[in-house]
Amino acid sequence: MSTTTTLPPSAPAPETPTPNRPPRAPRQTWRRALRRDWQLYSLAILPLLFFLIFRYLPMLGNVIAFRRFQPGGNIFGEYWVGLRYFKMFLNDPTFWNVFTNTLVLGALTLLFCFPLPIVLALLLNEVRARKLKRFVQSVSYLPHFLSIVIVAAIVMQLLSMDGTVNQLVRAAGGEAIPFLQRPEWFRTIYVSSEIWQTVGWGTILYLAALTTIDEDLYEAARIDGANRWRQTWHVTLPGIRPTMVTLLILNIGTFMAVGFEKILLLYNPLTYPTADVLSTYLFRMGFASSNFSYAAAIGLFEAVIGLILVLSANQIARRTVGTSLW
Amino acid sequence: MVTIDAAERQTETTPRPPRRRGVRETRGYRAFQVVNGIILTLVVVVTLYPFINIVARSMSHESYIITGQVNLVPRGFTLDTYQLLMSDSMFWTNYRNTVFYTVTATVISIVMTTCYAYVLSKKQLKGRGALVGIALFTMFFTGGLIPNYVLVTSLGLKNSVWAIALPNAINVFNLLVMKAFFESLPTELEEAAAVDGLNTYGILLRIVLPLSKAIVATMVLFYAVSFWNSWFAAFLYMDRQELWPVTVYLRNLIAGATGAENVGAISEANEVQAEATLKAVTIVLTTLPILLVYPFVQRYFVRGIMLGAVKG
Repeated sequence: MSTTTTLPPSAPAPETPTPNRPPRAPRQTWRRALRRDWQLYSLAILPLLFFLIFRYLPMLGNVIAFRRFQPGGNIFGEYWVGLRYFKMFLNDPTFWNVFTNTLVLGALTLLFCFPLPIVLALLLNEVRARKLKRFVQSVSYLPHFLSIVIVAAIVMQLLSMDGTVNQLVRAAGGEAIPFLQRPEWFRTIYVSSEIWQTVGWGTILYLAALTTIDEDLYEAARIDGANRWRQTWHVTLPGIRPTMVTLLILNIGTFMAVGFEKILLLYNPLTYPTADVLSTYLFRMGFASSNFSYAAAIGLFEAVIGLILVLSANQIARRTVGTSLW
Repeated sequence: MVTIDAAERQTETTPRPPRRRGVRETRGYRAFQVVNGIILTLVVVVTLYPFINIVARSMSHESYIITGQVNLVPRGFTLDTYQLLMSDSMFWTNYRNTVFYTVTATVISIVMTTCYAYVLSKKQLKGRGALVGIALFTMFFTGGLIPNYVLVTSLGLKNSVWAIALPNAINVFNLLVMKAFFESLPTELEEAAAVDGLNTYGILLRIVLPLSKAIVATMVLFYAVSFWNSWFAAFLYMDRQELWPVTVYLRNLIAGATGAENVGAISEANEVQAEATLKAVTIVLTTLPILLVYPFVQRYFVRGIMLGAVKG
């Protein structure tokens, strides 16, 4: 991930230009930079407006979490109410149930959807027949390109009373189960469909990283008497560690936002006890109950926790394994 | 993290030398190869089965579906439901909307992303760090659903293509992919063009973009697929049925929403064919365009995602 936050050169001593800077700009003042590069800056105007309006303005819009908001009124709310909405949800038993669900689903997703692509990539890497390998890759990438609506529709068809899964259940002598109406099944369904959709695509970066591992390392390991398993453990896995760490941090960044759209499509009031997460709960609070400020407070809570998670994951990764996003 | 070199090696057809050839293989490793083959076959079967099942259901007679007899092959083969759906004008209206939204939004996204990525690729530009930071920060912290909704609504974008296109005009990941690509271009050509008196816009249009056809094509694919597949923005901001994209049509069908009046109409018009088949047919017809282009564009996606992984 690109992370070069090269800060603008903080006014170096006038007569000592840094070596790798073009000689015609010995000292970059803003006026000089603007005069020379105004055409470049002009290209950035529309994109900057986009970020300002559609990314940063909504961040400020979160003040409605602290203010009374009336639909159709001021987008930043009417008057301050302090932490009222935060106190409200901290005292709301539904909120804590929803919060727990978010953590459980997030943890399960991480537990399965992070390591499985690594396993699949390692297995694919051992395949000798190139054509077979490409075929498996192409097939396994496919679900990634489907709309989440189609994935949800497919899941519903497979799990319907007359669907394949219940055909198997009946064949095994069981009673058909209305899976999507049973809260105890929701987590399994969610995580399995998530695996189905993401595991193949997730292998791409690992497969690329695997090709960069130096063959000589395997050679050396063999001479030292390492068998295949030990070669994988001592050469292959350390070789893809930076990729693993980077993807782990990115996964942790989406931990709190667990598949909002998919849950919205798959859940129903019967499965709320396990399926309802922060994002779906705030969606209903906002749009079904028109309680925008309350919903915004939950959203802000979620976003801040998400940010803290990704920042700490990054920090820990940098300290312990020396790899980080920035 | 990954070099472009590796990315190319992965996607291009140059055969990788089979690793560790000539070393006598242990019995354990041969057993592993067999198990590996079985596991990978299972992966293929599990990935493909749902598609085959849906196609089989879409061509089966309803009575076989509701009694749970359809899995791999159609039972009571019929294409009546296809005809039924294809005669539904709302389905086609929504399909046209999907095409229109996808094209409009993709054009806007490509222009915005290209411009910003080009600016960010100029390493000596003053303030570049801040410009990169503005984009990067939004990857990890966003305003959230409610403030976005309030904003889009108060800007009066509801019920227009702008509600879909503008709030998602730049995807930061795509931006970084393009930035990395522009940075990898040799600067000599641009410098020569500047000496010849071309201004920045001319350099971008006549020198840089012709060299960047591959990355622009990849970006078009990335954006087009994501807009084609998107449903939530339309679901949130489009109040009227004739404005929906086809994903929302499908969503309302599977959710059994009362909003999909046409579905009721279809069911009434034809008592025999009913919901289960109709759902399957809608899934098939919605997925079809993606499945048709997938084999041809897949490698560009793979290349794009790996370009993005290049540490900039």
